[in-house]
Amino acid sequence: MALLDVEDLSVTFARRGQRTVRAVDGVSFSVNAGEVVGLVGESGCGKSVTSLAIMGLLPKQPGLQVSGKAVFDGTDLLQIDDRSRRDIRGRDVAMIFQDPLSSLNPVVPIGLQVTEVLTRHRGMRGEAAAKEAAQLLDRVGIPDPKRRLKEYPHQLSGGMRQRALIAMAVACQPRLLIADEPTTALDVTIQAQILELLKDLVQDSGTALVMITHDLGVVAGMCDTINVLYGGRVVETARRRPLFRQPRHPYTVGLLGSVPRLDAGRGERLNPIPGSVRDLLPWPDGCAFAPRCDRRVDACIGEPPELVLTHDGRSYRCVNPAPLPGLTPGDEVRTAVPGPATPGSVPAQAVPDEPPAVPGLAAAPSEEETP
Amino acid sequence: MTTIGGKKREKIDRLAELAARDEERGVSLWQDAFRRLRRNPAAIIGAVILTIFVLVALIGPFLVPYGPTDTMGIREGLIKPGVIPGSSSEHWFGYDHQGRDVFSRMIVGARQTLLVGVVATLIGLAVGVLIGGVAGAAAGLGGRWGRWVDSTLMRFIDMLLALPSLLLAVSIAALLGPSLTTVMIAVGMVSVPVFARLLRGSMIAQSNSDYVLAATSLGVRKSKIAVAHVLPNSLAPVIVQATLTLATAIIEAAALSFLGLGNPDSATPEWGVMLADAQQYLGIRPELAIYPAVAIIITALGFTLLGESMREALDPKLRK
Repeated sequence: MALLDVEDLSVTFARRGQRTVRAVDGVSFSVNAGEVVGLVGESGCGKSVTSLAIMGLLPKQPGLQVSGKAVFDGTDLLQIDDRSRRDIRGRDVAMIFQDPLSSLNPVVPIGLQVTEVLTRHRGMRGEAAAKEAAQLLDRVGIPDPKRRLKEYPHQLSGGMRQRALIAMAVACQPRLLIADEPTTALDVTIQAQILELLKDLVQDSGTALVMITHDLGVVAGMCDTINVLYGGRVVETARRRPLFRQPRHPYTVGLLGSVPRLDAGRGERLNPIPGSVRDLLPWPDGCAFAPRCDRRVDACIGEPPELVLTHDGRSYRCVNPAPLPGLTPGDEVRTAVPGPATPGSVPAQAVPDEPPAVPGLAAAPSEEETP
Repeated sequence: MTTIGGKKREKIDRLAELAARDEERGVSLWQDAFRRLRRNPAAIIGAVILTIFVLVALIGPFLVPYGPTDTMGIREGLIKPGVIPGSSSEHWFGYDHQGRDVFSRMIVGARQTLLVGVVATLIGLAVGVLIGGVAGAAAGLGGRWGRWVDSTLMRFIDMLLALPSLLLAVSIAALLGPSLTTVMIAVGMVSVPVFARLLRGSMIAQSNSDYVLAATSLGVRKSKIAVAHVLPNSLAPVIVQATLTLATAIIEAAALSFLGLGNPDSATPEWGVMLADAQQYLGIRPELAIYPAVAIIITALGFTLLGESMREALDPKLRK
């Protein structure tokens, strides 16, 4: 059984006098122990709301409705009472946020913020807690941890702040870690360091990681399984390698195609997906992506596309998916979107039924994706 | 426990060292604010004024040339109806209507003024922080019940705020009978709503910040979050306000004394009482009113200058 099973999770925000917003609309995915699962999509596709709903961190306001299930190790995180949820948070499930500066309390030294978690969940106090905190900082690669414990967040660099936050998150060796765009606020060199660190931590401790990102480079370098979200629904699920080689959903194709390429010619234009997330069709009326899709057919409008499960264990929600390259090369010419747009330009004769990538191994896609 | 490979670790260490180099100076938020404060000329002027004021209040009474209650002018027959001698080399500020040395009275009066200002502000701060802190924590972190607590407390604060401050102070002082303690309580109560609203607003704003979310996601209890995270972050504007309140407290205390609600023993020198006494002799010796008035203005100015500079120094938007 999977460590975390999210089933049909829906989140709606209703406000009097305003349109009801269905931010997450029946999202299902599962995370196995030790696995890295990616949730990918543009801003506003429901990635962060999904993670906040799982953690029970959505602001309690009238009009908020969360339905579905998020079963973690046999307990439904959406059903438990506040007290047990507080016990689980930080001990079994922890979260890393996007902006490390604002996620740390500016007027409290780093050390106190780390020991706070140790006191709360592991009952450590005083000298022992301080020692453990120093060890944690050391473990996440912060040099001179004893001194750093006494410093304030603004005295640390961006990368170190994120390291400190990661140290707080892994303090109790949680079994599930949710990282909500952990590298968005950092510059590229630091990004790579933080991703390395997360990868190491996950591999060493067998922690499962849910990686929320819009950065396909991050996905290619880290994730075993990838869920692509659009308009609050999962539109494609696949292992990493097949997804990058043969994206089936036109949205995934568009996402991959819009990554700028270093080897592109000078005059060549970027390849954005036309329109914006706001142009979505409500799911009951058809495929939400249809207004922006260049593979749109008549069947897209009218009723929502069913999730199609293919024989190789991947699934997509599309009535007219991108063809598998190699099988029907003629289709490649017909579609305006440049087929599988992995910057490393996948050979056209790629085997369609490639076995899923071995988790944690296979550095190849990451090299292809991060130029 | 160390889990990262040796080489990679070295690399990370080196990078981190480089990143941290220009942040060597270990300074806390307050030290940082203090550094910025020192560069501000307004803050320096305010601090100098206040230092002189505090020094005068503390050691001045031991150095005055004459006793502040010594009616030597009458004893020596210098005070006649319609005649009050002006300043001289022996009596720098001259005599008051009872023949006492005004210079000595001014210096001894500084102590009373400082005492009233500080104690009144402390009373207001304590009550205001208590009410505002509970309301802010309840509104920001508590659920439905918290909002109820918050609105109950805030309606009480609104009631205090609805009355003009001096009128409120006069009513409280009249209710408790004229005395120095009364003045302190009355002036303190007047400043309660300001502190309470300020802290509450600040705490609610801080409750929505990312570090509260992060702490919540790590399982930290709400009470702990309120006390250890939200409160310390919300105090800066309150402390600034306290400095500014000291200025108004001194003015309001003087006003209460002027209205005769202050210390009933009018022999004890106090700037507000001196101002009140001087009004009957404005035709003969207008400077008798000017000395305490200017002293009150300068002291209030000192607190205001320092308070405003502190507001700027602590403003997170100006902080790098």
